Amino acid sequence: MVGVANVSRIEQQSTVHGTEELVINMGPQHPSTHGVLRVILKLDGETVNDLDCDIGYLHRGTEKIGENITYTMFIPYTDRLDYIAAPSNNLAWVTAVEKFFDWEIPMRAQYIRSMVGELSRIASHLLWLATHALDIGAMTVFLWCFREREMVLDLFETAFGGRLTVNAFRLGGLHEDVPDKFLQLTQEFIDIFPSRIDDYETLLTNNRIWLQRTRDVGIISAEDAMDLGLTGPIIRGSGVSWDLRRAKPYAAYPYLDFVVPVGENGDIYDRYLVRIEELRQSTRIIQQCLEQLPGGPVTCKTPRTIKPPEGEIYHSIENPKGEFGFYIVSDGTTTPYRVRIRPPSFINLGGLKKLCVGQLVADVVAIIGSIDIVLGECDR
Amino acid sequence: MPDEVVENSEETNGAPDSGETAEEVKTPPGEDLKEVVESAFPGAVLEQSAYEDHEDETTFVLGVDSLVAVATHLRDHGDSLFKLLTDLTAAHYPEAENPFEMLYHLYSIEHNRRLRLKVRIKEGQAVPTVSGIWTSADWMEREVYDLFGIEFEDHPDLRRILLPDNWGSHPMRKDYPLEGRGERIYTKPTRKEIGD
Amino acid sequence: MGIVEGKFSDNFITSKVDSLVAWARKSALWPMTFGLACCAIEMMASGAARYDFDRFGVIFRATPRQSDVIIVAGTVTHKMGDAIRKVYDQMPEPRWVIAMGNCATCGGPYANYAVMQGVDEIIPVDVYVPGCPPRPESLMWGVMQLQKKIEQEKYIRR
Repeated sequence: MVGVANVSRIEQQSTVHGTEELVINMGPQHPSTHGVLRVILKLDGETVNDLDCDIGYLHRGTEKIGENITYTMFIPYTDRLDYIAAPSNNLAWVTAVEKFFDWEIPMRAQYIRSMVGELSRIASHLLWLATHALDIGAMTVFLWCFREREMVLDLFETAFGGRLTVNAFRLGGLHEDVPDKFLQLTQEFIDIFPSRIDDYETLLTNNRIWLQRTRDVGIISAEDAMDLGLTGPIIRGSGVSWDLRRAKPYAAYPYLDFVVPVGENGDIYDRYLVRIEELRQSTRIIQQCLEQLPGGPVTCKTPRTIKPPEGEIYHSIENPKGEFGFYIVSDGTTTPYRVRIRPPSFINLGGLKKLCVGQLVADVVAIIGSIDIVLGECDR
Repeated sequence: MPDEVVENSEETNGAPDSGETAEEVKTPPGEDLKEVVESAFPGAVLEQSAYEDHEDETTFVLGVDSLVAVATHLRDHGDSLFKLLTDLTAAHYPEAENPFEMLYHLYSIEHNRRLRLKVRIKEGQAVPTVSGIWTSADWMEREVYDLFGIEFEDHPDLRRILLPDNWGSHPMRKDYPLEGRGERIYTKPTRKEIGD
Repeated sequence: MGIVEGKFSDNFITSKVDSLVAWARKSALWPMTFGLACCAIEMMASGAARYDFDRFGVIFRATPRQSDVIIVAGTVTHKMGDAIRKVYDQMPEPRWVIAMGNCATCGGPYANYAVMQGVDEIIPVDVYVPGCPPRPESLMWGVMQLQKKIEQEKYIRR
């Protein structure tokens, strides 16, 4: 719709005889690109021959800002990277900075971190399911998923005061202990949530339209997925059982029992099943957290000004979208020397070309939905 | 200058809690990976370090010339199998002799371990692309080109990715101000709209 | 209503053309979804089950040619600026602009090289909704403010 003049990036080829390739522009203002992604498609009839992603419409210079403010001040900026699962980003940043120190984070804080992290995974997957189903044409799922998502956002509001960008954690633990009401409401939520997942599955899993739109579409093999650096539910959908919560445990995950769901074919349908199963596993993890939640303080003794020793660290966690990490270089002052955000959406989106070439143009929207990108973290 | 601290441990004797004092006592992590590299390319690992001896922070500094060969070897060798290029980025140290540092974070799903490769380059020096080894490097190298202005030899499609094509500068360099240099300040069209 | 008052039977309503047009316009505000960043998620929540913007006649449209109001929800970067202006130019008159959130209002927390310091640098804004991101209730307030503004507009005699 916008910027048709600039389409010539993919060189237009036309032959004197025969058919011509069609170059069409999608985005940056398009309801199915989940933000401000722009895709330039080169079509032969209805088949995608080539595509080019134009990103950066939401490049906000977060890394540069990170080099100019203190470690604590950067926490709210991480909220606005993957804004669909904000507490998860906070968790990545605080655990990354804590890696510089040998602080003993209290167990109560670790459990609450895991619990809120899983709640944010539920919020993220619900939004993914809502928009993905809406793109393919299922309106009811959108409304149902937002109903439960509002419940999760209410939980965040009870605990931290914010709905979307919550600024949940602090270096060394939590800002303050969560209220009892939060724990009670969380219990109520996970009591009803499994039946709601069943409801979504009733609508989609055996739905013939859904199967036709998702099965054997956008297939990627495990080898290709690794080559493209894809992480998160995509690589698990291709049959690689790899989850950073299991491989490099952080927070309270070493003490929690959960299954890493794995797909077989690596198509959109498998990614859908993996995420649905992750919703169930998240519910299980939250239940365990509530049962095992120890008492005690929620923050350890931290210095008044956070000055990590000189050095460099890389730390990543399993975000709902994939591996989300920070590479931080400290020069011993209160501000980081270099902050690098390892964005799962950016790198997963790099695989879009491989996934789409040879598919029908109608499936591009479904494939973009199945990658589950969020542009805030893709462009940073 | 963090990179200098990691290199020259004698300079940091004044700071007892930096990681290097411990490193002199114990063997640093990643010794086996160093053997994997050195068995095929003797002398390729110029420096080896790790923050506080964390195994995940194992860092090898390589020469620009040996980067592609060593990276391919690390991907294919049975004891390393770094099939996943987690992250590729750069850092700018304006005062250093080689002001740009290319960083490659590798991950092996089979062995569940990480490795960081570093290459130090001069201003204007090109780096060989690793997008032939890991396809994921394609976009990340474009991003480094966009934000740092580092060129990559043999890159299939080297152009800006995040900023507009006509931006003209590289914002992640340390000499670039946070507020920018006034690029692309939008001017209203001369045509008057009714709402304007 | 002056001279016509009391001259007709009870089921007759008299009004000014201005008021009638304004009433019709404010009751069916069709916004264009211009979701840019975090605020877009709250905008989606506003349209979904709990907040249900359809009650106010606010039905989200995906194309500028069918919409009356553009809700700029999120951070406006310099790269995005041209696209926003193009979308705005495609909207038919009368059109209104709601700047949702701190980023669209003034750049928000992003005072740096890439971000435009407020969408009012390129398009005229009618209502600014504060918040980072604003809650759906705040957006609702913004829409109601806009409705009040439309009510007061004069069309026949400017």
